[in-house]
Amino acid sequence: MRHLLGTEGLDPATALAILDTADGLKRTLLGREVKKLPTLRGRTVITCFYEDSTRTRVSFEIAGKWMSADVVNVSAGSSSAKKGESLRDTALTLAAAGADCVVVRHPASGAAHRVASWLSHTNTSVVNAGDGTHEHPTQALLDMATLRERLGGVEGRRIGIVGDVLHSRVARSNVHLLTSFGAEVVLVAPPTLLPTGVADWPVGAAGSLRISHYLDAELPTLDAVMMLRVQAERMHGGFFPSAREYSIAYGLSEARAAMLPEHAVVLHPGPMLRGMEISPAVADSGRSAITQQVANGVHVRMAVLYHLLAGEEDAA
Amino acid sequence: MPPRPRGAPEPAERRELLSAGDVARTIARMAHQVIEKTSLGASGASPVVLLGIPTRGAPLATRLAARVADFSDIRVPVGALDVTLYRDDLRRKPTRPLGQTALPAGGIEDALVILVDDVLFSGRTIRAALDALRDVGRPRAVQLAVLVDRGHRELPIRADYVGKNVPTARTEEVHVLLTETDGRDAVLLNRAGERS
Repeated sequence: MRHLLGTEGLDPATALAILDTADGLKRTLLGREVKKLPTLRGRTVITCFYEDSTRTRVSFEIAGKWMSADVVNVSAGSSSAKKGESLRDTALTLAAAGADCVVVRHPASGAAHRVASWLSHTNTSVVNAGDGTHEHPTQALLDMATLRERLGGVEGRRIGIVGDVLHSRVARSNVHLLTSFGAEVVLVAPPTLLPTGVADWPVGAAGSLRISHYLDAELPTLDAVMMLRVQAERMHGGFFPSAREYSIAYGLSEARAAMLPEHAVVLHPGPMLRGMEISPAVADSGRSAITQQVANGVHVRMAVLYHLLAGEEDAA
Repeated sequence: MPPRPRGAPEPAERRELLSAGDVARTIARMAHQVIEKTSLGASGASPVVLLGIPTRGAPLATRLAARVADFSDIRVPVGALDVTLYRDDLRRKPTRPLGQTALPAGGIEDALVILVDDVLFSGRTIRAALDALRDVGRPRAVQLAVLVDRGHRELPIRADYVGKNVPTARTEEVHVLLTETDGRDAVLLNRAGERS
């Protein structure tokens, strides 16, 4: 694998290999005092974030460091991007400075793909850590790792993705990955928060995709529910009458959580707005896997770096 | 040359070095040597832990422990230690899947750890295992048991218990087959280099 740019078109065998590696890494490090593996000694990973982030940037940094890679963090606010340098020049600079892998987050959809094409003449790998409203593949992989642990797998399982699908790269990446593993995905959102053409999104052959506007009707048959953050920073205009009304119709309250089957899991990619899309009591309940998702995020990102950087270089 | 699936019927240039019966007898002999060399059960002797290196070292360690228990009535803790993340040749091969690591509940602190592998060749796997071991604890001493030593060491490493010494050419391949992983027990010598 040369780059990880999205889950659309990601070969299920490769995805499975990454998940198995993440699982192996988790078990290898379990209960260890020294969480350090020599595997990526001498390799350099640069995270380049044009958007704010806590968990993604931190977990990529920890992942790199636990594998003994040298990790350098660049954020747009304190880099030459502020002086007007283009993304292309920044990417070429980081590659020329010796990056074996560049982890990019950018507000523009498709940014990671562009960076990968600009770096095609180099040996540098590119990981998409979120590009606009397009994809966030490592989030989908860590969600899958969490669902595998909690449910034993997603084949034939019904997963609800609820809320601001329109602005969500997490939703898009999850739809591709979950359906390619045979899950039945239900997108639950008001019509204003669904992207046009969502019904025609390409879906993995083994799975299916359905749209719903009524959360209460879906809850009793879901094996897992993934709550999405309402992304106010990407909203220019009225998508719903008020925050309170949104919360009443689509928020996961305690009463709603009680409608879920006993075994159902609650996920949230974070950062969550307590009281908006999810109530604090549900977020902290036993069926919430939110902190487990963060812990798995480190192992999944270690696995991604392993698959990108540890094997022999392929020509692709 | 693509690897032949293990357990497939061997062509004429494959020679059987050990039959299923030989494998069982060899493991039994190694168990006796382990009991003697570690003074197993004697007062003051360090606790012994067997750690198999996946893939085939892991079932070998389990079998060796079972034989040791048969002959001495002492149950030696068994575990598996994957060394993939510590290899020095990762960048020369396509991405390797990880094996299973499972340390015995008692850990390896101050124990006499015996690493178990199927074939000792360059010694690089054992070097990786020593590095991996250092990250999980501090054993009092480390020994090495291998079913086949085929020579061609590239590092100053030797085995304490050897099932069979086999002089080989560098181009030949030694395949250990075990029922747990391959459906039957045998050790085969494949003259791969002569065909290609």
